[in-house]
Amino acid sequence: MDARLKVRNTKSIVFKSIIIFLAFVITIPLIIILLYIIKQGVTQVNWHFLTHVPAPVGETGGGISNALLGSIIIVALSSLIAIPTGILTGIYLSENATTRLAYYAGLCVDILQGVPSIVVGMVVYFWIVKPLGTFSALSGSVALAIMMLPIVIRSTEQTLKLLPDSLKEAALSLGVPYHRVILKVIVPCGFAGILSGIMLSVARIVGETAPLLFTAFGNPYLSAAITKPMQSLPLLIFNYATSPYDEWHNLAWGASFILLMFVLLLNIFTKLITRKWNIQL
Amino acid sequence: MKWETVFKRVLWIMSAILLVLVIGILVTLIVQSMPSIKSLGIKFLWGKIWDPVNNIYGAYPFLIGTILTSFTALIISIPFSYAIAIYLGEYNPKGWLSNLLKNTIELIAAVPSVIYGFWGLSVLVPVIRSFEAKIGVAPYGVGVFTSSLVLAVMIIPYAASLGTSLIRMVPSPLKEGAYALGATRFEVIRSVILPYTRSGLFAGILLSLGRALGETMAVAMLIGNTSAIAHSIKDAFFGPGNTMASVIANEFTEADHTVYLSALIELGLVLFVVTVIINLIGKKIITKYTNN
Amino acid sequence: MEHSVISASNFNAWFGDNHAVKDVSIKIEKNQVIAVMGPSGCGKTTFLRCINRMHELVPGARTEGMLKLYADDIYTMNPIYVRYKIGMVFQRPNPFPNLSIYDNVVAGYKLNGLKIPKVEMDHIVEKSLTSAALWNEVKDSLHKKGTFLSGGQQQRLCIARAIAMEPEVILFDEPTSALDPISTSSIEALFHELKANYTLIIVTHNMQQAARVSDKTAFFYLGELVEFDNTRQMFTAPKDKRTQNYITGRFS
Repeated sequence: MDARLKVRNTKSIVFKSIIIFLAFVITIPLIIILLYIIKQGVTQVNWHFLTHVPAPVGETGGGISNALLGSIIIVALSSLIAIPTGILTGIYLSENATTRLAYYAGLCVDILQGVPSIVVGMVVYFWIVKPLGTFSALSGSVALAIMMLPIVIRSTEQTLKLLPDSLKEAALSLGVPYHRVILKVIVPCGFAGILSGIMLSVARIVGETAPLLFTAFGNPYLSAAITKPMQSLPLLIFNYATSPYDEWHNLAWGASFILLMFVLLLNIFTKLITRKWNIQL
Repeated sequence: MKWETVFKRVLWIMSAILLVLVIGILVTLIVQSMPSIKSLGIKFLWGKIWDPVNNIYGAYPFLIGTILTSFTALIISIPFSYAIAIYLGEYNPKGWLSNLLKNTIELIAAVPSVIYGFWGLSVLVPVIRSFEAKIGVAPYGVGVFTSSLVLAVMIIPYAASLGTSLIRMVPSPLKEGAYALGATRFEVIRSVILPYTRSGLFAGILLSLGRALGETMAVAMLIGNTSAIAHSIKDAFFGPGNTMASVIANEFTEADHTVYLSALIELGLVLFVVTVIINLIGKKIITKYTNN
Repeated sequence: MEHSVISASNFNAWFGDNHAVKDVSIKIEKNQVIAVMGPSGCGKTTFLRCINRMHELVPGARTEGMLKLYADDIYTMNPIYVRYKIGMVFQRPNPFPNLSIYDNVVAGYKLNGLKIPKVEMDHIVEKSLTSAALWNEVKDSLHKKGTFLSGGQQQRLCIARAIAMEPEVILFDEPTSALDPISTSSIEALFHELKANYTLIIVTHNMQQAARVSDKTAFFYLGELVEFDNTRQMFTAPKDKRTQNYITGRFS
């Protein structure tokens, strides 16, 4: 009896050790990757790097200003498209949860969440690039906006659903019309949750490459024209990483470092917001 | 009164646009793959040769490549996902260490895919190359195996975070019942927690699989982009290949005639349908599970 | 002829198939405190929510019959105007967590986009908070968030918010059920003072409270208005058997 108990206890302890080992060992590749990129990238970054376009093959120096500006423009444009539509759809879903439209719209959100990003790029190619006859920042933004939408919608919906009904009733009992109740009471009260959803979605799309391959396409020069091809950080990393030139690899490391820092900071900020306001996402 | 109606109308329209968007994606894919469907028919799916120069298109190499990379990655990732879920869900659900691990795992999902690809290309590929030379296969470095390794790390967070929250939802009376009968912790996990959460954990694996199937950049950078079918299983596993997503990424802008382009879109259509179905099944299981 | 403030005749309300309020006829006079009591599920809260047309916001809700504010049919008026004229205080204190105490008091104006000069706004805030017996406690922290107040203070803030709109009637839906005894007594004391300017309709499941604060009491049972009389009369010599059973504790 005693011996069997011992065996069972040992089994339990061995199992626990294996679990702990497996759970923590997987952070090692991540740490290695992060440290490697910081090591390779941080030496590249300086003022010159941030303010110059990439140098042609064979010349040293150059920077990633075109990709930085491009990423900012493309992400801003996507946010402009996806945030208002996403929030309004999220409001509809939380306010009319039982309607048939809400059911199908919810299904569409689930579908969009699972669509491979490359497919989105392909579809937007036919919607915008082909009719316009040129790759463009605009088409890239539309593709990224489609990737953002489901995150913004879900976070808005979940946040608003958690707000107590009493809040809405308080406003309605003061004779406040429905649209003002939503826009001036419900949305401001859920602001932190919606904001963290937006930040999460930006963090997600700023590193997306696949949807931009056939839309924004990339551009070695500085450009702010949204109907023309535009460079972005992930596109630059992809193109230069797969090139055979060391100088270009260095540019790509610097760009990776900046992109990574931006994404990490956004994630940390989101964490802080959700912790401060106690939001479950 | 009027503004209220306008506002409600706008909310409705926004949600309706979402439907139009998703239907539009499907319709666009179908319409644009029509030339390929018409001229190649259903045998496109198991055609073994992909040779755009000679106008021969078969999807088989990419189907095999996709399945091989995704499932290898999935199999590698499952022990880790489960371990994280059990650790964060049962052994250590609270406290700073638990939070630290949870946030770190979430960071894995936050790192852009192109960065994994770049790192894999410059660090992992040389390592794999020397490993391959040692075990006596052609030392390409890039290939299905390399992509699967990186992919495995990338998809862990999806199954792990879902698994964690499901294991935390196991009612404690159930666990206490088993403890009261003298079960050890391992026995409680094996015979109470895992059976109770089985369908939910399976759904998590489906979500990870959906990610793996559609993942493009890291794979496109690491798989070697060969559309020929390998001669042996060893070559298929360690040698270069292509997935549906990676061939689209690499050849879409080069596709210079209708059927070529259309064949790529048909691949996209297949990818879309498969990932959507896998995701929806996963989500269905989760909703059913969390409602009970 | 002087009209009653609120008068209902053969008023009915439904939730889907559930006939929650049945053929209620009642006349409520100005500057009185009316207690509405009855066992839970008797339709008392539904009736209250019909008075300021909050009932219709629930999906599947329906009403029939006549309900008047003075001479005007409440159900042909603009619901927003109805809610200006008939304020409401809820079971749980629900100040707006995103607004300061000051903004909470004038929320009815601000959220409706009504522009009022600052001086007048200050005046409304002071007057409403004073009427709600809260001014002295919060006058130094008007621009802090209302959620930092205690439960009883929050409920008085909600009363101030209703008063600020200068309503004719204020509806209270079990206003003290979420509060401790001390906060409850301060709110009850407030009812006596508010009576001078407003008509109060208070839903309560607490008979002692009804007896303490009201001039008249309405007893609802299974959706019907069983009895409506002077409170003292009702508690000493009820006319209906069902009322008697209720106040002697033979239900529930």
